[in-house]
Amino acid sequence: MFPFAFEWIWDMGHYVFHGGLWYALSIIGAGMTYCIGKAAYDTLIQEKGSHEDEHH
Amino acid sequence: MEKGHNTTFKRYGMVIDLDKCTGCGACMVACMQENNVPFKKDETDKIRSITWIRVYKLNNGKPYPDTEICYLPRPCQHCSGMGDHGHSPCVSVCPATATDYGMDTGIVSQIYTRCFGCRYCMVACPYHVRHFNWWDPVWPEGMENYLSPNVSVRMRGVVEKCSFCYHRYQLARERAFVQGRKDIEEHEYQTACTQACPAKAITFGDLINPAHAVYELKNSPNAFQLLERLQTYPKVYYLSDRLWVRMAGDNYLEEEKREMAQAKIKR
Amino acid sequence: MDSDLIPKGVQRCSLGKFLLWISACGFVLAIGVYAMILCWLKGLNQTNMNDAYGFALWIWADLAIIALGGGAFFTGFLRYIIGIKELKNIINYAVLIGFICYSSALLILAIDIGQPLRGWFIFWHANVHSMLTEVAFCLTVYFAVLTIEYIPLVLENRKIDKIPFFHNLSHNMHEIMAVFAATGAFLSFFHQGSLGGVAGVLFGRPFGFREGILIWPWTFFLFTWSAAAVGPCFTILITKITEKVTRKKLVKDNVIELLAKISGWMLLTYIIAKLIDTYYWAFHTAPGMGLTLAQFYTSDPGSVYGYWILFLEVVIGGIVPALILVTKFGRTNKIALWIAITLACIGICTNRWVMVLQLLAMPVMTFQSWFTYFPSWQEIATTILPVAYGAILISISYRYLPIFPQERELNPIPGEEAEVETVEKEEKKELATGDLSPATETAT
Repeated sequence: MFPFAFEWIWDMGHYVFHGGLWYALSIIGAGMTYCIGKAAYDTLIQEKGSHEDEHH
Repeated sequence: MEKGHNTTFKRYGMVIDLDKCTGCGACMVACMQENNVPFKKDETDKIRSITWIRVYKLNNGKPYPDTEICYLPRPCQHCSGMGDHGHSPCVSVCPATATDYGMDTGIVSQIYTRCFGCRYCMVACPYHVRHFNWWDPVWPEGMENYLSPNVSVRMRGVVEKCSFCYHRYQLARERAFVQGRKDIEEHEYQTACTQACPAKAITFGDLINPAHAVYELKNSPNAFQLLERLQTYPKVYYLSDRLWVRMAGDNYLEEEKREMAQAKIKR
Repeated sequence: MDSDLIPKGVQRCSLGKFLLWISACGFVLAIGVYAMILCWLKGLNQTNMNDAYGFALWIWADLAIIALGGGAFFTGFLRYIIGIKELKNIINYAVLIGFICYSSALLILAIDIGQPLRGWFIFWHANVHSMLTEVAFCLTVYFAVLTIEYIPLVLENRKIDKIPFFHNLSHNMHEIMAVFAATGAFLSFFHQGSLGGVAGVLFGRPFGFREGILIWPWTFFLFTWSAAAVGPCFTILITKITEKVTRKKLVKDNVIELLAKISGWMLLTYIIAKLIDTYYWAFHTAPGMGLTLAQFYTSDPGSVYGYWILFLEVVIGGIVPALILVTKFGRTNKIALWIAITLACIGICTNRWVMVLQLLAMPVMTFQSWFTYFPSWQEIATTILPVAYGAILISISYRYLPIFPQERELNPIPGEEAEVETVEKEEKKELATGDLSPATETAT
């Protein structure tokens, strides 16, 4: 799975397979990070907004 | 360095003369003893028995008095795959690189501590040379003392198979190294089954080394391989004068069988 | 007691009845779990597998449920990538069924290995040339995608949705769901294909071996195509069963008919490809190995596989359902639709069966005979386990989550409609912040 495993060879098979794998993992990882991050940010903004409303 | 003449590049293989084999089973016994092959209390269910080399009993399918019998010992065929790139049926499918093709020896190895028991290699092998450890090995009391220290015993849940007694190759290489030699002689590395065969039906050596007996034997017109049409490129050759035995080595269409029979008559 | 968790405007059975049903499923599940623990503790000697049958019932179950679960990726592909809007009414259920199928497949794989504690070797020491490696990676990653697709549905539970963070998370996940769906389709293409490749690359096994293009045997493409074709049939089948059990109409006919139409044409094109593949294999590939079709389908001692299984797979489970589904009458007639989707599922399960079990039953060396096998109770129990688990997860999801967007419209509760609308409006007011749209396009 990683280049430091002793059976790892830098050949076309590994480029294609791991290229595809890490590409998919990156999209999923980035997508979820975005969703969770934005949800946290939105929630903070909403809470801030509602507190301000209370003050008014 | 020239390839094939006592070099580090080997292609170990076997030639088994089926006309000499009496079916005594000494090869199987020797193999089990040499390689610490486990056995069960009750071995009636042979389909779960571990036999690195197994002797099959073949017959020509004819009624008495024309019945003929042939015994066929079947170790791992150590397939080279097309182009000798090690694309053997089992090696190519193992998901965890637990079985490997030795580019220096042509021997297909099995790494027991790497195998996680998916059994895909067993499915891939048409020769049924691969066996799964359905149980942990249990030896009769006192027998542990007689296990070979050169071969590791296998745990439950992994696949094992004939290694052409690879530990003997390692020992021979070590001995040669200590003695200041670069290479080993033919007699220095012989498998247990080869040495145990009382009929001398099994010959073992480097298939690409003209100095070794197998080099000539494999080129005999009576030589054949098991299922060679599948392009597995096995390194075990069989010899037989009998056409029906040679034909039993592979699948043939009816017209092909007729052609082979006619060719034999002409010959 | 649990009425606060049940979506507004829908009717559910009493909690007692629900728990009774869950307990019944739980009993079957418990037997499966017991068998699973036996296999893990005592090893695979608990099965009836042997050295001839290295793969058996479990691998068939894996192949079959992954093919049937293909409805998730293909419906997702149609909904999010192609943009067929009507399918939003069934996509939730397709995702749930896919989630159940894939989690079950992973569980069965975990039981099926001789050294379960070394299961991670397949990732760590991956041999990229093995089809099984591709299966393991794509299956696991795609299961993660299915989980991501299922999470927003869970977050839409009435109680959970009230928590602002979860409401926002669900909304955000919906927004970029097309990205996840596209990744899922990419992964599915490869793992459905590589499952086909598992048998197709076995050049030592003439029954399974197929020629192909580059490193991919034809079975690679056939498996992907068939999963995309029959997956939606299974989604429809489970939807229909759910409708029977709940005695409610949950999805409108036009949605079912559309999915059935797409599935039908996929199935028809698949079966044409399958026929060409079978012809080429029978009359070119096999004779090259010295074999004939009659040796594959035979009544030789030990063989139960005559031509009947080929007929069942290709004609009864392929051509017949395909022809029913491509006709308008077949899709609109209830009985015809039931027959077609059931036969399609039987057909694909038969295909997966022969590619695992018939492949191993057939002797390759001329001096061997057909191998026989019958699964042990532990194998059967662990194979039924996913059915019980699936029933439980579907029941819980159906009870507490808004799985079927059209349920309220199709099953109005007299006198409660006005009340529901008022409550909903109030709930929305509580959550309404700026221009934030509802968490899901399907919830209202």
